[in-house]
Amino acid sequence: MSHSVALERVTMAFGETRAVDDVSFTVEPGEFFSILGPSGCGKTTILRMVAGFLAPSAGRVLIGERDMAGLGPNQRPTAMIFQSLALFPLMPVWENIAFGLEARGVSKEKRRRRAEELLDLIALSGYGERKISELSGGQKQRVAIARALAVEPQVLLLDEPLSALDLKLRQHMRAELRTIQKRTGVTFLYITHDQSEALAMSDRVAVMSAGVLQQVAAPRTLYDEPATPFVATFVGETNAVPGRVVAIENGEAALDTAHGRFTARAGAGLAAGAEATLYVRPEALTLARQGATAGEGAGPNVLAARAERLDFEGAFGLLHGATADGARLLAALPSTTLGGAPAPGAEIAFSFSTRDAIALPGHAQARPEEEP
Amino acid sequence: MSALTGRFGPGLAGLFLVLVGFWLAGLVLAPNLMMIDFALRPNLLPADVGGPLDTYSLDNLAYLAGEPVHREIFLKTVWASALVTIATFVVCYPLAFWLAQTASPSAASLVVLALVIPFWINEVLRTLAWYILLAFRGPLNAFLMNLGILDEPMRWYGDGGVLAGMVYAYILFMLFPIYNSIESLEKAQIEAARDLGAATWRIHLRIVIPHAKAGIATGCVFTFMLAAGSYVAPALLGAPGSRWFTQIIYNWFFEGGDWNRGAAYALVLLVLCLAVVLITLRVFRVSLTDVAK
Repeated sequence: MSHSVALERVTMAFGETRAVDDVSFTVEPGEFFSILGPSGCGKTTILRMVAGFLAPSAGRVLIGERDMAGLGPNQRPTAMIFQSLALFPLMPVWENIAFGLEARGVSKEKRRRRAEELLDLIALSGYGERKISELSGGQKQRVAIARALAVEPQVLLLDEPLSALDLKLRQHMRAELRTIQKRTGVTFLYITHDQSEALAMSDRVAVMSAGVLQQVAAPRTLYDEPATPFVATFVGETNAVPGRVVAIENGEAALDTAHGRFTARAGAGLAAGAEATLYVRPEALTLARQGATAGEGAGPNVLAARAERLDFEGAFGLLHGATADGARLLAALPSTTLGGAPAPGAEIAFSFSTRDAIALPGHAQARPEEEP
Repeated sequence: MSALTGRFGPGLAGLFLVLVGFWLAGLVLAPNLMMIDFALRPNLLPADVGGPLDTYSLDNLAYLAGEPVHREIFLKTVWASALVTIATFVVCYPLAFWLAQTASPSAASLVVLALVIPFWINEVLRTLAWYILLAFRGPLNAFLMNLGILDEPMRWYGDGGVLAGMVYAYILFMLFPIYNSIESLEKAQIEAARDLGAATWRIHLRIVIPHAKAGIATGCVFTFMLAAGSYVAPALLGAPGSRWFTQIIYNWFFEGGDWNRGAAYALVLLVLCLAVVLITLRVFRVSLTDVAK
């Protein structure tokens, strides 16, 4: 089957800076594909290149196997949903939705009918004559989606459209977007800095950092098998323990660290003797008996620490700790196990299994600041 | 009132009120009332003023209606001012759009500076510059003949000259209101329209112009009033065939010595301008407070 969208070695340079650096990926028809990264990572630049607002400095953008070079946004089989939604405030709802059809010279009668169909799809029948300013945030969101779908695009481009909504509505709209995508079968290319949004909605996610594509994978794979230290730290919470690889065997690596020897799954590009970092998720840490050592019923890996603070969050308690050399640790402990939670200042030990930890080459970078 | 005294104290607040009152009563109301008074009375010898002949009538206005040359000049002033307004709009709209949406900040400030500098000079001198440019043996004719476009010099003075001089003189009054209103248009709206497949003309017709209509109405009202009340441009750049109504008014006052008839003519011009303002606002569905902004 042919790809829906393909980027071939696309680079976008603004003067000296490369906003997008040699990025290639393909999106399959009907896929919900997200590009995830912190602000300034180049994800919006990619979207604008696919939409046709920017022309790449190098490389090709293909939509449905067709090279898009030289085609403007009004000539491409894409429709974009802007971060601000960019609804037309001086037109009633139905004219907003039918604007793309108006631009294509469709008769008023047909436009009206199509607008009604789409209002049905977004569960806003009867809202056609309303003003945009009379709609709530979620309704505006849906009108923006309908307006984009009205032109029957092959690809719908979404530029963080949920970022202006409050949390409850955002979660509701996630499900709604997913439903609309499944029902229409349109390929969605979704830009976000919100990882839970990307993980919850997408078939596949591309993670970007500083213009470079880090990994393209299904959400689960991204979380369990990060390909790079950036992905390991950016997607989800994680604990990083720097060290050096002693041996690699059967896909498992042994690392020497300041806190002892640990074993973990060996990530791509790991070499014996090289610097590496072990990553383990907060929910993979369990409390071990104080003073426990490896192999005494506590699992293969035991990490000594001092308890600092416990944040109770309902289903989980987040236990913040610190190692002897001051590195922060975070463990998510199920509330049911919190009965004998350690008091602040207590000496504790965490254990984790080999398959819950992954070792990746290089030493970890600081976790990037997330946008609010 | 109490807000004013609360903020500035009774002394300063009182001063403000006195000044505003003086401005309204002394500089706006009184001259206009005097003009109406003059317009409705006959032109008499000093000895007859206040005598039995000094009665109110519509004779001066009727004179304008019955005088074919003056009537024609009045109507011509109306449509020529409308033409000046349209021409100024045609020149300013693309420029305002470019300044507000496309231009880089440095390019925009450079162009605005270039547009403003000529306005540091008196309007008479600016018009005189056009007088020189458009002269029979002036630079424009020399330039066009050099290029081979003209075989012999053209007479530019007249309708064409007046139009050029006025468009130039009133460009800023049209440009800035439109610029301000286009600038507040979110760029994503234009992008969204383009992304949905709209051609450039449709984007302007459906998105930009509706958004900017208050600014456009303001600019058109300003330009029309200034053009209709203009004296310098038609006096310098006009020809006998392109006389402006203001010139007739001037003649009644300073050459005919008939202030009453001059006042009647001026009153008609005032009423015309008022009507144009109100009709324009109606057509554009803009309220007066929008214009004031």
